[in-house]
Amino acid sequence: MGEVILTMKGIDKSFPGVHALDHVDLEVRKGEVHALMGENGAGKSTLMKVLTGIYSKDEGTITYEGREIEFTNPREAQDAGIVIVHQELNMMGHLTVAQNIFIGREPMKGGLIDDGKMNEEARKLFGMLNIEIDPTEKMSRLTVGKQQMCEIAKAISHDAKVIVFDEPSAALTEAEIEELFKIIRDLRAKEMGIVYISHRMDEIKVITDRVTVMRDGGYVGTLVTAESTKDDIINMMVGRVIYEDPKTQSTVKPGAPVVLKVEHLNAGKMVQDVSFELHKGEILGFSGLMGAGRTETARALFGADPKESGEIYVNGEKVEIKTPMDAVKCGIGYLSEDRKRFGIVTAKTVAENTTMACLEEYMKGIFIDSRRENEVAQKYVDDLKTKTPGVDQLVVNLSGGNQQKVVIAKWLAKNCDILIFDEPTRGIDVGAKSEIYHLMNELVAEGKSIIMISSEMTEILRMSDRIVVMCEGKKTGEIDIAEATQENIMHAATLRK
Amino acid sequence: MMANNVKKGNAFTENPIVRAIGTQKIVVVAVLIILFGFFCIASPAFRQYSTILSIMDYSYYTTLMAIGVTFCLITGGVDLSIGTGIICYGLLGGFLINHKGMPVAVGLLVTLLAALVIGTLNGALVAILELPPFIATLCTMMICRGLGSIATGGLSQNWPPAGSEQGWFRSIFKLDLGTIKLPLGFVWVLLLVILMSVVLNKTKVGRYIIAIGSNKEATRLSGVNVIKYQMSAYIISGFFAGLGAIAYAATFQAIAPGTGAGLELDAIGGAIIGGTSMNGGSGSVAGTLLGVFIMSMLKTGLPFIGLQANWQQIITGLVLIVAVYIDVLKNKKMQ
Repeated sequence: MGEVILTMKGIDKSFPGVHALDHVDLEVRKGEVHALMGENGAGKSTLMKVLTGIYSKDEGTITYEGREIEFTNPREAQDAGIVIVHQELNMMGHLTVAQNIFIGREPMKGGLIDDGKMNEEARKLFGMLNIEIDPTEKMSRLTVGKQQMCEIAKAISHDAKVIVFDEPSAALTEAEIEELFKIIRDLRAKEMGIVYISHRMDEIKVITDRVTVMRDGGYVGTLVTAESTKDDIINMMVGRVIYEDPKTQSTVKPGAPVVLKVEHLNAGKMVQDVSFELHKGEILGFSGLMGAGRTETARALFGADPKESGEIYVNGEKVEIKTPMDAVKCGIGYLSEDRKRFGIVTAKTVAENTTMACLEEYMKGIFIDSRRENEVAQKYVDDLKTKTPGVDQLVVNLSGGNQQKVVIAKWLAKNCDILIFDEPTRGIDVGAKSEIYHLMNELVAEGKSIIMISSEMTEILRMSDRIVVMCEGKKTGEIDIAEATQENIMHAATLRK
Repeated sequence: MMANNVKKGNAFTENPIVRAIGTQKIVVVAVLIILFGFFCIASPAFRQYSTILSIMDYSYYTTLMAIGVTFCLITGGVDLSIGTGIICYGLLGGFLINHKGMPVAVGLLVTLLAALVIGTLNGALVAILELPPFIATLCTMMICRGLGSIATGGLSQNWPPAGSEQGWFRSIFKLDLGTIKLPLGFVWVLLLVILMSVVLNKTKVGRYIIAIGSNKEATRLSGVNVIKYQMSAYIISGFFAGLGAIAYAATFQAIAPGTGAGLELDAIGGAIIGGTSMNGGSGSVAGTLLGVFIMSMLKTGLPFIGLQANWQQIITGLVLIVAVYIDVLKNKKMQ
């Protein structure tokens, strides 16, 4: 490790209602790979966005190469030599590799783009990185791994001195990760400062020199990787005081029947051989880090995405679920994590959304019986305490929590006994959150069963009777609430099988 | 956070009567009345009963096409095949009457059946094979044009003229009582507009067509058979193109192979002027009727004040720009 190239000190950033960064420090040296770790929502991405000028900071200083700096947009940061290799690659698939690398700064000759020079330059870059990619190949024809190499090449072409890798290994195969590490070591040898964001504990041990841990927008501490254990890091990541009391004991009645049994479910890379059971009156928590395959499992189970294999039993009977229609017939309802895209029809009224799944029950002959439709919608508005001026109100005008209640009403009106809540409180304010929790507890008390996917550890520990933990498409743990701790969940969530 | 969290419009748009009818429809009706008044004042010839009758005559087939295509537009799709479609179906029916000696009733039936087949094909291409609606119906538009010519050997077809033994079907649309001609077709069109308004707003088909246009994925995840309902929009469009073909055959002396391209744009334009959104999710059949009336009023009225067909095209284009811009503004407000 060489001298310090980048220091972020006391960085503070608030959004309306959220204290996203609370006096965070980060120091990166030349020739260092510095891991930035933390749970989902710990503030890692926000910190990097402040660094590259996507967000402005409220407080704190950033010192880069001995000068205090403040970028107002990523272009400025890039010109100064700080670049991010994003997790989601920003590539134009129909353009060639070289065209992608030099987009916005194409070498020109006589008013026309000088493709020959561009390809030549790209070839030089790949030579420096010791990788074999044809600059004239269409970007979309490369593997994700190779596309990432191109992003790195693009970063280097900007004379980068600090490169931030945002979960670079998430989409890569083992072999590709090896190649990536080789390149990162090369860059380290060239005295670059590297920030490496990842959830994968074993990678952190292999590739990084130091680790900075963040939690709930705050700075926890910095360790030297070689001198610390995996447990040290996990403890730093989760060591928060839980303000809401976790459940200590399962509230499922002993001997409650199994209402849903999933066996060896497979659907692409994100759902590999997942099996679990759900009991009557149970809240089964699904925990895991971003990209663990929990939503994909739910969608495959619900028939929203095709599955390759696996068996599903509802109340002991084997069922074929190929489409959401089949799932709904089996009494399964799915509340998507992305309400606006998949949950509600925002431009329609509360009543229309409520009867969306069960319209046939509110028909008079071939006509929709508006009176009864409004009645049932009103009933659920009252039951769920949805705040709306009326059932003829457009859903788009309601707040997030109330929109969520409309989606719940949709599945209750259909009389679904198995409800999949995917991130039920995402984007919902604190008051509405506890109402949703209360509602879920009431539902299971009435004998409904709930699968709850959540990225919030406190939510998992507060609501679940049992917890399934996933990591990279595989089930890596199943923990009864009586034995569950943040530590053993996080262990399972970072377990690569 | 409660009721006061809800967005409020201005006094005019929040008026319960205005809300029930819809701002756009009120504007369209106003424009219609102004246009009519303007042409009546500007040209004495326009005031004639026969002129009014001819405005109506020429609007039937467009209105019928427009009612059907409104359903496709509301799903977020489009049906381009209806223009060459009505010519094709009319040619097939006419050919059977003229060259195969079939009775007119059979000709009418075949016309409708052919329309239903093409409508179903469109629906299958869009809903099952998931082709983009624009492309799918552009292809069937070409197919229809070719099919009409091949089936008739390239010959124009004259459906039996009014007054002849087989010409009874023409009085479905224009009842000739000797002293006075009654625009009977207008009654049918009105009834169909009411019927299809009920279908759109009061039945499952209509509800799900609107839902698909608003958010197809959320509708699918609610357990709705989106393939079936998306398909039904194209079948409805096909069926109304069939009715349009009959109206066309009853209005014009002859149907010429290879024509019809562009007629669908009058229908789609009418629907858009009437407030149906190109993005899907909203629209009304009554609005479509009014929109088509504005189009036919311009078409028939402008020559009376000395502006020829080319001017009418330009003015129609400008009117469409305004109508679509209103739609764009509405969508912006929603976000």
